[in-house]
Amino acid sequence: MTEAPAFPLFPHRHLLGIKGLSPLDIEMLLDRADAAVAVSRQPLKKLATLRGRTQINLFYEASTRTQSSFELAGKRLGADVMNMSVASSSTKKGETLLDTAATLNAMRPDILVIRHSAAGAAALLAQKVGCSVVNAGDGAHEHPTQALLDALTIRRAKGRIAGLLVAICGDVLHSRVARSNIILLNALGARVRVVAPSTLMPTGLAQMGVEPFTVMEDGLKGADVVMMLRLQRERMAGSFVPSVREYFRFYGLDARKLKAAKEDALVMHPGPMNRGVEIASEVADGPQSVIQEQVEMGVAVRMAVMEALLDPRRNEGDGE
Amino acid sequence: MSTTVFTNARVVDPSRGIDETGTVIVEDGTIRAAGADALNQGVPEGASLVDCAGKAVLPGLVDARVFVGEPGAEHRETIASASRAAAAGGVTSFIMMPDTAPVIDDVALVEFVLRTARETALVNVFPAAAITKGLAGGDLSEFGLLHEAGAVALTEGRHTVASALVMRRALTYARDMEIVVSHATQDPTLASSGVMNEGLLASWLGLPGIPREAEAIPLQRDLMLARLTGGRYHAAEISTAMSAAAMRRAKDEGLPVTAGISINNLCLNENDVGEYRTFFRLSPPLRGEEDRLAMVEALREGTVDIIVSAHDPQDVDTKRLPFAEAAVGAIGLETLLAAALRLYHSGDVPLLRLVEALSTAPARLFGLPGGTLKPGAPADLVVVDLDAPWVVREADIRSLSKNTAFEGARMQGRVLQTLVAGATVFSA
Repeated sequence: MTEAPAFPLFPHRHLLGIKGLSPLDIEMLLDRADAAVAVSRQPLKKLATLRGRTQINLFYEASTRTQSSFELAGKRLGADVMNMSVASSSTKKGETLLDTAATLNAMRPDILVIRHSAAGAAALLAQKVGCSVVNAGDGAHEHPTQALLDALTIRRAKGRIAGLLVAICGDVLHSRVARSNIILLNALGARVRVVAPSTLMPTGLAQMGVEPFTVMEDGLKGADVVMMLRLQRERMAGSFVPSVREYFRFYGLDARKLKAAKEDALVMHPGPMNRGVEIASEVADGPQSVIQEQVEMGVAVRMAVMEALLDPRRNEGDGE
Repeated sequence: MSTTVFTNARVVDPSRGIDETGTVIVEDGTIRAAGADALNQGVPEGASLVDCAGKAVLPGLVDARVFVGEPGAEHRETIASASRAAAAGGVTSFIMMPDTAPVIDDVALVEFVLRTARETALVNVFPAAAITKGLAGGDLSEFGLLHEAGAVALTEGRHTVASALVMRRALTYARDMEIVVSHATQDPTLASSGVMNEGLLASWLGLPGIPREAEAIPLQRDLMLARLTGGRYHAAEISTAMSAAAMRRAKDEGLPVTAGISINNLCLNENDVGEYRTFFRLSPPLRGEEDRLAMVEALREGTVDIIVSAHDPQDVDTKRLPFAEAAVGAIGLETLLAAALRLYHSGDVPLLRLVEALSTAPARLFGLPGGTLKPGAPADLVVVDLDAPWVVREADIRSLSKNTAFEGARMQGRVLQTLVAGATVFSA
């Protein structure tokens, strides 16, 4: 058990997105995550908070990084963790998401972590199962734990989020990470910019609470945080950008472009990185990079989320 | 000789511009007289009298765009079940789309539909045949033979003919065969993987959008080809202000073109998609409110000629999926009239114009009997309480599929009785 102060009860059953969370909800998750960081840094990392609870990771898209982060988080909390790599099992035989959900639900898990290529998949699942659902990324919609871990990384490095200038750079159009971050950073009072070629900006971007920039140096000017997004190589085929070298020339983060940002600006990337596409190694491995911290914060945030969702105080008035 | 007299009715007959209190006399399946002066020659002896107590009598609705699962997907809808839904909704005739398995691109299939309809359907069912064989966009189907066998229109159903050359030939040849080409336009390359209207809402949901131009670009192409060929062209479902503007220009020019709109695009907008509600995944996609308002105006002024239900039954297996993976379409036969009456109750469209768009105009466009209360016409009519309130409930739906976009919706205006050729096929 974390001996830390009793956190307020998290008022949601699922974590499907950052949308719908209040600034207080977010701060509370970040506070919990801070405590979890301390646990992960002890030699003995195992808690009993979720002992006897069952966590199922249902990953329809391969993701070594996120899946192992969730797995480790569950294990550190003492939960029994099962990984279902659905990409290789019954879904290939035509079973629908909801049929799989019904099957898993019958095994009575306490928490389902889902990654799916379709936007809205986590919400759909949440309607059909009796346990808590955590969205580990649904299409181009949301990836809430990524935004939380980014916020935790920023808060620990800068001491705050409110008033910071954050530039999110790259393929915002296809990015769930960008959407979750835009919502979260706005909720906590940061100023958000987006830097991308217009072909990779969603329609109506200027009404999403961000300032769009198509020239990277302009967008990075005075930024406290530079958040890079991964560019899928398939995007070249979709005529979004002409070539990797052209993209890197105008939108890849290198030392020269980074100079436009504040001297102590953080460099972030959700991984996995395409070095030489959206980011140069000199920057990714440089002194301003907090990319490794992000990975560490990922485990802590996921511990915090699962603890908050499976808060034992919830069961008292919450019979099925 | 059997005679029924509907007295004390609000008689609405757009074919003669009538909206007046009067009487409708039905004799042996045909209309003998309808209107204020219908009783001038007295009540025929032995006639049964029905006092409508001020309720409306309209020509039965003619729905020009209905998808049915027979043949090939009878678990979603059969011709018989669609006809029961139609009767309950006051629809006395519908045109069935060729998107079946197999595709209606052959005389034998037209005959199959007509035979099945004759044997099992409560209302008149008219098949439309595919423009191209197998709806594949390549070779033309046998327009002349299909028309002779009873196909009332050519259409690519859910598909859009990508090749301008194929479309040109189709319009040219259809002109010679005096048959209407009805085409729903969506450029597949521009719409790409889009699943809802392009805009802020789609951006937040992380769903790929369909720009309005994906509809307007092939529509503009078709209108130019209609000018080139003189073929009779009907834009099956338009949904945007820019499409309406294109239609307006083409009509002003005197081209032989007409347009339809789905009831969904008149009554709903993209906000109804909410959090990934797949029953609102439609084609054309639900647009923004400005577009919806522009379409109501286009309907009122006649730029849009007809309203269709775009009835498209989908089962749980095709709808209970993540939004982008779910099938497109909603059922609509049973709610078409009530939903359309919203525009009458709101004062946006006069009743006479609304009934014209639901009945008289589609019958005229596709050369079908019905759509009128003129003496001598088949007694396809519907008695409606224009004010009766009701709520759409899944349990009451007669279609085999329940994918309505109006679940739980409050309606004003209820069908009391539906007659096809004088025979009652539905009564509340």
